[in-house]
Amino acid sequence: MSAILPPAERLWWKHPLDRVEGTWIVIAFVWCMIMFAMMVGWHIYGKQNLSTETYKTTPELFGKKAQDVVDKYTVRKETDREIPVVHPPPGSDVYLVARLWDWWPIIELEKDQTYKLHLTSMDYNHGFSLQPVNINIQVVPGYEHVIKMTPNQAGTFSIVCNEFCGIGHANMAGRIYVK
Amino acid sequence: MSTTYRTCPRSGLQFELQAERLMLANAVAAVVFLLVGGILAVGVVLTRWPAVHWLSADAFYMVLTAHGIDMLIFWIIFFEMAVLYFCSSTLLRCRIATPRMAWLGFALMLIGAVTNNIAVFRGSSSVMMTSYVPMMAEPAFYLGLILFAVGALIGCFVFLGTLVVAKREKTYQGSIPLVTFGAVTATIIAVFTITSGAIILIPTFLMSVGIVKEVDPLVYRTIWWAFGHSSQQINVAAHISIWYAIAAICFGAKPMSERVSRGAFLLYILFLQLASAHHLLADPGMSTEWKVVNTSYFMYFAVLASMIHGLTIPGAIEVAQREKGYTKGLFEWLRKAPWGNPVFSGMFISLIGFGFLGGISGVMMGTEQLNMLIHNTIYVPGHFHATVVVGTTLSFMALTYFLIPVLFKREMINPGLAKLQPYMFGLSMYFFCLVMMGAGTLGVARRHWDMTMGGSPLAYEFPGAAYLMMGLVGIAGIAAILGGAIYIYITVGSLLWGKKLEPGVQTTQTIPLPKTPMPNVVIQSHGSSGFAAPGTFALAMVFLVSFVLYYFINWKYLSQVWGLS
Repeated sequence: MSAILPPAERLWWKHPLDRVEGTWIVIAFVWCMIMFAMMVGWHIYGKQNLSTETYKTTPELFGKKAQDVVDKYTVRKETDREIPVVHPPPGSDVYLVARLWDWWPIIELEKDQTYKLHLTSMDYNHGFSLQPVNINIQVVPGYEHVIKMTPNQAGTFSIVCNEFCGIGHANMAGRIYVK
Repeated sequence: MSTTYRTCPRSGLQFELQAERLMLANAVAAVVFLLVGGILAVGVVLTRWPAVHWLSADAFYMVLTAHGIDMLIFWIIFFEMAVLYFCSSTLLRCRIATPRMAWLGFALMLIGAVTNNIAVFRGSSSVMMTSYVPMMAEPAFYLGLILFAVGALIGCFVFLGTLVVAKREKTYQGSIPLVTFGAVTATIIAVFTITSGAIILIPTFLMSVGIVKEVDPLVYRTIWWAFGHSSQQINVAAHISIWYAIAAICFGAKPMSERVSRGAFLLYILFLQLASAHHLLADPGMSTEWKVVNTSYFMYFAVLASMIHGLTIPGAIEVAQREKGYTKGLFEWLRKAPWGNPVFSGMFISLIGFGFLGGISGVMMGTEQLNMLIHNTIYVPGHFHATVVVGTTLSFMALTYFLIPVLFKREMINPGLAKLQPYMFGLSMYFFCLVMMGAGTLGVARRHWDMTMGGSPLAYEFPGAAYLMMGLVGIAGIAAILGGAIYIYITVGSLLWGKKLEPGVQTTQTIPLPKTPMPNVVIQSHGSSGFAAPGTFALAMVFLVSFVLYYFINWKYLSQVWGLS
């Protein structure tokens, strides 16, 4: 009789389907399939798909590669901490180090050019949150994540850390310029 | 162990002595943790309210860690244990299996919860609920969680054992009630969840004491979320069972179709646990195929199940109300519902909020590409406060108002205030979730102490709207906390100084459930012949339109951001 009592019909699985329920199940099912198709379809037609290219790495290995790029392409230094600003050629590999508690170095990119951004953390998990674009990517220690990125607007962009990484987490900021 | 049974004169439910005591103990422990978590919530919202910015950074992260664990794990799972015993022993009218083991489970849970809290409040375990390695907490932090999980696992097996007892002693006929079926779903998911938790927390504990060298950070995240997210799916199964129960209690509503409702629960068992994947969509390592299949809970079949429950529960209420003669127009059944009864109003506010706010946002953020827009922003807590607070917590509150006279045998103190409570708590929580999601869309980070980023020279200057939203988060949060405080006042107050009610007839033997009478032919056949719940269907269409619009607005937004491949 009610949901807190055993069903009256022993063969409850033969209970007829109400038309309201039947109609709704069909609608909901179709909608679920559309949503599923959107994810797959966006990989074919969409321009924003997160790459899954990943390599195991270590802080030493990644630090060295990042340093190489900094040595080669630094164009100036900024802030009183003398953070290098790297301007790599379009299409090249860019390394961004996440560590307690900054993003290093500052990167300068050109609009509508594609770069391969290599991301890793030297210590804890960090969160790459590009503002005000609002692209958010998890940064996991030990894994080098390679993402092809094509900035479509010029300006100054900030990187906020949005994965908790200890007491200095809230001050962890980085920057990307797009010319 | 000899035992007695009493039949509650107010509800007709039969309580077995041991089960009743266990329910009481678990419910009280739950409310105590809700109280602690609620006090901690004050610290969280008053710090995230930019104009107030109350706590220091280290205090904030400690308080946030404790708030998350006390609310998401301890309050909810203690209460769920009470629900499990209710759905087995009480609904099936049988003795509880192995009560001593059940008490052992309860003791382990309590010791674990206290141990974990002590570790957190000592200040060196501010690692957030997720405790991602290699960030380490004190060993006691993990040990507490492990003990709690073992206790909860024992509780699950006691529940399953009780089902066996009922079957063997023939205390009911036919199949178990739908609500118990839902509780079985919750238990099966719980066993999977707790096992996953053990697989990852035990090595992490061993790492914290120096026996294991390293737990891989990505493996940790993958398995931890099989625990972390699935535990929220236990809540979904549990609170949906409670919705069905409340619909039955307040309206005598029967499921529109047992087959559909049970089938939907079955889909939960098959697919819900895949959900852990949607926490890893912005992670390196996992393949796109893995992400797409798992985040959609395999083609969204679990979402389908929730959409089904979201229709069948109000649908069942509508059918019951129409049978009582509230047949005018599309919505007379809803207008004439007992809105002054907090058991019903709490449940209905919970259902609407869970679907519209929690459900839609959850599917949006669980879409592989769209996830990048909100991953780790405050949108995420906005979403899960809509599911876990509006959905689970508010349902538990509504059920409590039913249990105060029935289980606690007390008259509710201050019923006028109780009438108001679900509105105050639920609606301020709606608003809280909305402004959090708004702030998240503007990029505000979660688990973040200071939006101004401490004046760092590279800091991002959040737009004024983001500050406004976070201010509103503070105000709505305080309003919701007051609503929660009223619940605790009413519950604890009724327990302590509410008028004692007559316990009812005691027997030494259980009185088995009589066979449920067959409904008359008219009722049985109305289902397939007509459109039995047109009002609910109209509401469902409103839901669908909101869902579709919001979903595609986010794709539009995504299409404008930087190209990624």
